[in-house]
Amino acid sequence: MSSLALQRHATLSHLDWLESESIHVLREVAGQCANSALLFSGGKDSLVLLRLAEKAFRPGRFPFPLLNIDTGHNYDEVIDFRDFRACQLNERLIVRSVEDSMRRGTVVLKSPGESRNKHQSVTLLEAIEEFGFDCCIGGARRDEEKARAKERIFSFRDEFGQWNPKNQRPELWSLFNARVHKGENIRAFPISNWTELDVWQYIEREALDLPSIYFAHKRHVVRKNGLLQPVTKLTPAREGDVVEELSVRFRTVGDITCTAPVESEAKTIAGIIEETATTNITERGETRLDDQTSESSMEQRKKEDPF
Amino acid sequence: MSAIERLPEIDNGLLRFLTCGSVDDGKSTLIGRLLYDTKAILADTLHAITRTSERRGLEAVDLSLLTDGLQAEREQGITIDVAYRYFTTGRRKYIIADAPGHEQYTRNMFTAASTANLAIILIDARKGVLTQTQRHSYLAHLLGIPHIVVAINKMDLVGFDRATYERIRSEYREFAATLGIGDVSFIPLSALDGDMIVDRGDRLGWYQGPTLLDILESAPSAHSERDERFRFPVQFICRPQKSGHPRLHDYRGFMGRVESGEIAVGDEVRVLPSDQRTRIKAIEVYGRSLPRAIAEQSVTLLLEDELDVSRGDMIVRAEESALATRRLETMLCWLGETPLDPQRKYLVRQTTRETKAVIESIVFRLDVNTLQQVPAARLDMNDIARVCFRLAQPLCVDKYVENRSTGAFIVIDETTNSTVGAGMIL
Repeated sequence: MSSLALQRHATLSHLDWLESESIHVLREVAGQCANSALLFSGGKDSLVLLRLAEKAFRPGRFPFPLLNIDTGHNYDEVIDFRDFRACQLNERLIVRSVEDSMRRGTVVLKSPGESRNKHQSVTLLEAIEEFGFDCCIGGARRDEEKARAKERIFSFRDEFGQWNPKNQRPELWSLFNARVHKGENIRAFPISNWTELDVWQYIEREALDLPSIYFAHKRHVVRKNGLLQPVTKLTPAREGDVVEELSVRFRTVGDITCTAPVESEAKTIAGIIEETATTNITERGETRLDDQTSESSMEQRKKEDPF
Repeated sequence: MSAIERLPEIDNGLLRFLTCGSVDDGKSTLIGRLLYDTKAILADTLHAITRTSERRGLEAVDLSLLTDGLQAEREQGITIDVAYRYFTTGRRKYIIADAPGHEQYTRNMFTAASTANLAIILIDARKGVLTQTQRHSYLAHLLGIPHIVVAINKMDLVGFDRATYERIRSEYREFAATLGIGDVSFIPLSALDGDMIVDRGDRLGWYQGPTLLDILESAPSAHSERDERFRFPVQFICRPQKSGHPRLHDYRGFMGRVESGEIAVGDEVRVLPSDQRTRIKAIEVYGRSLPRAIAEQSVTLLLEDELDVSRGDMIVRAEESALATRRLETMLCWLGETPLDPQRKYLVRQTTRETKAVIESIVFRLDVNTLQQVPAARLDMNDIARVCFRLAQPLCVDKYVENRSTGAFIVIDETTNSTVGAGMIL
């Protein structure tokens, strides 16, 4: 049996380690990329990214603007919070909208009420071209879905924005390679190694403010396939639906038409952490109405260029 | 016990480990078992793999399905890249690097091993120490992984026989000694049934040592075990003078991560390669002043004197030795699909610095199965070789065996921008 010696030197707690790695990644983007942007939705993961960017670059300003791809299918609370936070940080926020792409004819919907999640990629590519971004920083995590487990921290996209599993660069130690030719793009994911629980623990530790819909509130919902479909202007109750008023919160905030809340009484971060640590359903499985179609749907979407 | 009941305990940081073995050794099953028994698998995921197991006509739930990644390779039934998995025990967070074991995938194992502080090497109890066991052990050792756990799996298929376990253990020890591998733990287990993974089970009563999870819980994390010299590669320079704030007019912060060692305010430092000396005026993170910074911490350093410092420079302690060199002797693993061409120039990236490099010589190629040194005129993907580089600009390096951050580098092909090689400085 090996000798498992007591630690001789101080080491970091798991949250400190994750934070430090994420700061390192953000600074590598700043050091290697000439013209990057941070994808900011107002959701919890991107709010964590903003705090990490503050830790990475203050007292300086961020070396990149914030970029939001607005689907037009967002809860007002989230959009208001997005604008408030960008203003509070005194950082530049660029908003590009899927509805503008629809007007241009570059996004064509199959049905008027459909989820616009997958269409965001078109608008994002248009924004990348408009501003000449060589890197977009996103808040995706490897624990979100099986197909993401092999995603790189610096993920390469060709000039069509395509992610190709065969064309990804090996990542060794913490030596990242963000070099691209003109037109190509890197997606950098500083919180790749975080889990949902890590995110909530960090939000608690840093006392980060969140849009109100992350906390338990009363909402009219309809039960569908084991998920709760909120009753909204975009998703009205249909004939025969049984509308209930429940105490719910959102685990993720995305396109209204495909993001389901969960039943919850958690009105504080501590309450959410307790529920997250004891839940037995994954974040996507519980909240993504569009993810249940196929075990491989993420992979399909990845090939079509997700974030 | 749910995760929450264990949450408020002390935080024993984070451990990154690697599992080596082929599908046949039960590697995916072992990882699935660890995730399942530590409650990292949630009901909907379990439901999905239960359905898949049923569809494939399996009697029990196939835990290996938890880790099989992309659709294409699921269909082929092989794993072709490094996948990262996460679980927590409440005391500690774990990142598993899961790499396929086949010889063709040496580069994947190299990648997975580069960030690991512990390696689990799986042996099928029916087969004992195989060529691939030796290859995995050599690579783990070469990559400087300080702790090796040899998991003798499928004990259920050998009747939980103690003599079989002991025979394999002495066989492995003999071979490990020839490589100079010191710290090795051995454990008998059945990943399929879960014996000795998280729970002891009742069929390996003769084994008195810790369970696999106990070993993981108490393994030292990186940097905790040895004194290392302070190394701070400068990543980014913060000059917020345009903010208009008078306090910030002369602010020059050198941002980066402490790769090893530690530093305190007032310590005398040198900036390499220019060799200018000064002292640490302040250590900051997000407006907060720290008295000192330790390994793996991302901080901002402020210096007493106004020096010319840029990204790629290295800050070290004034009294500690450090080497800036234009020649590297290395062990190199070729990762690119296009072979290494000794006539070409490549880019070498080490810490935050990048320089053009030419191949001075390929001293030998190493056969990873026999560990024989053979001559080579070029290198193909997955080849490991001793290679000397000449550099256009000096790099501040340490020997890899002394420092896994400043002793490591990657090779980039400028025409494709791909990462085509990874190496360790000798």
